Amino acid sequence: MTDTLHTSKPPLTASPGWQLTKFAFYALLLCVALLLLLGFLTEKFNVGATSTSAVNFEKNTITLSLTSEPPQMDSTRATDMVSGMLLGHIMEGLIRYGPDNEILPGVAESWDMGELAGTFYLRKDAFWSNGTPVTAHDFVFSWQTALNPATASQYAFVLYPIKNGKAINIGEAELDSFGAKAVDDYTLSIELEQPTPYFIKLLAFFTYLPINKEFYESREGNYGTNAEDMIYNGPFHMTRWVHDKDVRLEKNEYYWNNSETRLDAIEFGYITPDPNTALNLFATGKIVLAGLNAENIERALTEGWRIETHSDGSVFYLGFNHREERPTSNLNLRKAIQQVCDPEELVYKVLKTPGNIPGKSIFPVWLRGVNGFFRDEYPGPDHKRNVASAQEYLQKALDELGLDEPPSLVFLTGDSAFSAKHAEYYQSMLKEKLGIEIKIDKQIFKQRLAKMTSGEYDIVAAGWGPDYDDVLTFGDLFTSWNANNRGLYHNEELDRQVEIAQQSSDPKTRMDAMDRVQHILYEDAAIIFEYERGSVYVFDDRVKGVTRRSVGTDPDYTRAYIEEEVDS
Amino acid sequence: MPRYIGMRLLQGIFTVWFIATATFWVMHSIPGDPLESEKAMSPEIRANLEAKYGLDKNEFIQYWIFLGNMVRGDFGWSFEHENRRVNDIIAEQFPVSATLGILAIVFAGLGGVLWGALTALYRNKWPDVLIIILVILGISVPSFVFATVGQLGIVTLNKIAGIDVPVAGWGTVWHMLIPALVLGLGTMAFLTRLMRTSMLEIVNADYIRTARSKGVPIAQIFSRHQLRNAILPVLTVLGPSIAGITTGGFVVENVFGIPGLGKYFVTAVQQSDYGVIMGTTVFYGAFLVLMVIIVDLLYAVVDPRVRLNK
Repeated sequence: MTDTLHTSKPPLTASPGWQLTKFAFYALLLCVALLLLLGFLTEKFNVGATSTSAVNFEKNTITLSLTSEPPQMDSTRATDMVSGMLLGHIMEGLIRYGPDNEILPGVAESWDMGELAGTFYLRKDAFWSNGTPVTAHDFVFSWQTALNPATASQYAFVLYPIKNGKAINIGEAELDSFGAKAVDDYTLSIELEQPTPYFIKLLAFFTYLPINKEFYESREGNYGTNAEDMIYNGPFHMTRWVHDKDVRLEKNEYYWNNSETRLDAIEFGYITPDPNTALNLFATGKIVLAGLNAENIERALTEGWRIETHSDGSVFYLGFNHREERPTSNLNLRKAIQQVCDPEELVYKVLKTPGNIPGKSIFPVWLRGVNGFFRDEYPGPDHKRNVASAQEYLQKALDELGLDEPPSLVFLTGDSAFSAKHAEYYQSMLKEKLGIEIKIDKQIFKQRLAKMTSGEYDIVAAGWGPDYDDVLTFGDLFTSWNANNRGLYHNEELDRQVEIAQQSSDPKTRMDAMDRVQHILYEDAAIIFEYERGSVYVFDDRVKGVTRRSVGTDPDYTRAYIEEEVDS
Repeated sequence: MPRYIGMRLLQGIFTVWFIATATFWVMHSIPGDPLESEKAMSPEIRANLEAKYGLDKNEFIQYWIFLGNMVRGDFGWSFEHENRRVNDIIAEQFPVSATLGILAIVFAGLGGVLWGALTALYRNKWPDVLIIILVILGISVPSFVFATVGQLGIVTLNKIAGIDVPVAGWGTVWHMLIPALVLGLGTMAFLTRLMRTSMLEIVNADYIRTARSKGVPIAQIFSRHQLRNAILPVLTVLGPSIAGITTGGFVVENVFGIPGLGKYFVTAVQQSDYGVIMGTTVFYGAFLVLMVIIVDLLYAVVDPRVRLNK
């Protein structure tokens, strides 16, 4: 064959080709044996295999995927969305949100809330999943733990409205001076630091969830690490958590309102950050919901799947660096940039992901105002791109800055493909319209934050998601005392308006103040409103009763159910 | 032999110490603050966190403490997964990466040897040309493309054949097969090329000519002399490849939703998770060193000319 010395053909079984075939056969056998062995070992040492279908009628179970592994499930230290969503299913605070975002009684059966103090009456049929009652002490303990400086909780600030909350957290007051006290097992009295009109709504936030002290201490620092390192008082309890692989929630029979829990189990069977993987899982009928992005939405459209959109609550904007040494501290330069920006062009021609809404205000459209939606009552500043006026502003800015040509600016952004596309749009747009050179500085998330804090940028692509359901969660972002105001914007009138909204309990006064805030931000070109982010997703419509929220537990499956199979 | 192994192990320990030291200082000097988070922190809370992770101490003291803990096999806590010890993360996630890695390396090794031998056997004929084209593809196309295409392939196959091969997840043989193939593909292509070159060199070696002139049947020359000798260079690179494959699983683990350690290895750097960076780097470093030693020992078994105690 290939051999040059042997011209006569050897018998087939003695040819090198035959030898190779034989080896290939052995190799294949070896591979199969190895696969079976490893498969056997994996199955043996894993707690159950990944569930097999999106909707299981017999077992009354649905399967979903998570985008990331929850770092840990201790509510006093949780910060991320995934943990927050899971905690909303396995725990319950004093109140909870209903399907229409209305406030429903949770562990608290009723309450009297005054301007500066309130009393909460806890239901006697609320139990932990180990059978012990949920008491007022569990709330006080959890909140004190979050505020305890030793816990170093990043969300402790959510508890600051309670009297001495902040003082305890920064080590200036003792734990027993705390404004929340258990009068008896079922009565919780709360004193506030100052009037906080939205305090009741805050109570649904995960940092306000209760923790049983005895159990917490019995885990010796491991509380929230594994499924068995927690007890639960929510509609579901966690029965399995294989790190980075899956989380299983089952109906909690100890839950006081368990007749409203209609699913027997929710299986978070997959943990993957890749949206294409989620879509493939959806395509093969493994999960109920998959988020879409600009790239894979085409496929969902071609397949004809039911596509839904939902506002994820967050607002995106360009932040300016207001530090004196930066050119962006010049009002006219900021106004010039503001005047050439066009959120509609950005949303519809550049980003192109359905669901995004062009930004008009720091307050997103879903926020509540006096009676209806805030933005219906206070539409916000009117903005139209105006290149001529922008050039006038630019000329003024150049005169003030003593420059001959427009300064070059550093645009700080993330390291994703999306961030690059977004930044490059501004780079070419500002060059074309104003002759401003943009240097794009792509950084990983933590480094971007570090640079924002130290002020090494001129413009930054930034965003903000709500922590609670009140205008102030966005409204106080640019006050001089807010540490998240990393551009160091300072405006005394804005500060004063925010103080009014914080202290007044009259909705009209508060919303008027917030209307001033959105106009000040625009007039001062403190930031440039870009867009409100929407999420687009495909959803299995055999599952009903799922609530999507812009703030709070999202998606909320606590009342979900599977529609009966119709024989056709 | 025992003396040789002892020497190699000593060298290995030195290497691991060097890796750990270099990583420690590089990690502390690159920008990125492990405690930086989306919500701004008050200085008081920050101070508490720094104390918790020992970041409030001088860096030389931190290094010294780290070394002491490392000798005791303790890598401390993860910054990101606050309640988990780095040791637990490695213990829970590494077996998954290892399973995937073993499968991938067996696929790659066996496939590389077989395809390589085949191309050499049919040198410059169509099987050779075809396989070499595939090899170039396999080496140059990044693994996320294979992973994505592989997954789409499963979706399509499921639809056409009406079967139910999982597209992601972990737990059964069916979850392993495609990811392991995808993971091993690059290495397989590389080994194929290596095997081919090695086979072709040997065809012209003196001992092959001697064997031929003595009238040894060509099948026997092929399997006993050519194959066995040609495998040696493949074995040499197998050691580093094993480590490369088990650590390089990041993309495959992400795409196929596999709970392995590769993810931690990469994301820890992005998150400046000092504990996990040090833990995974030292662990993988030690693993790589060990694999290279093992392969060197295997070498002696396969090639009688190598005498280790020399």
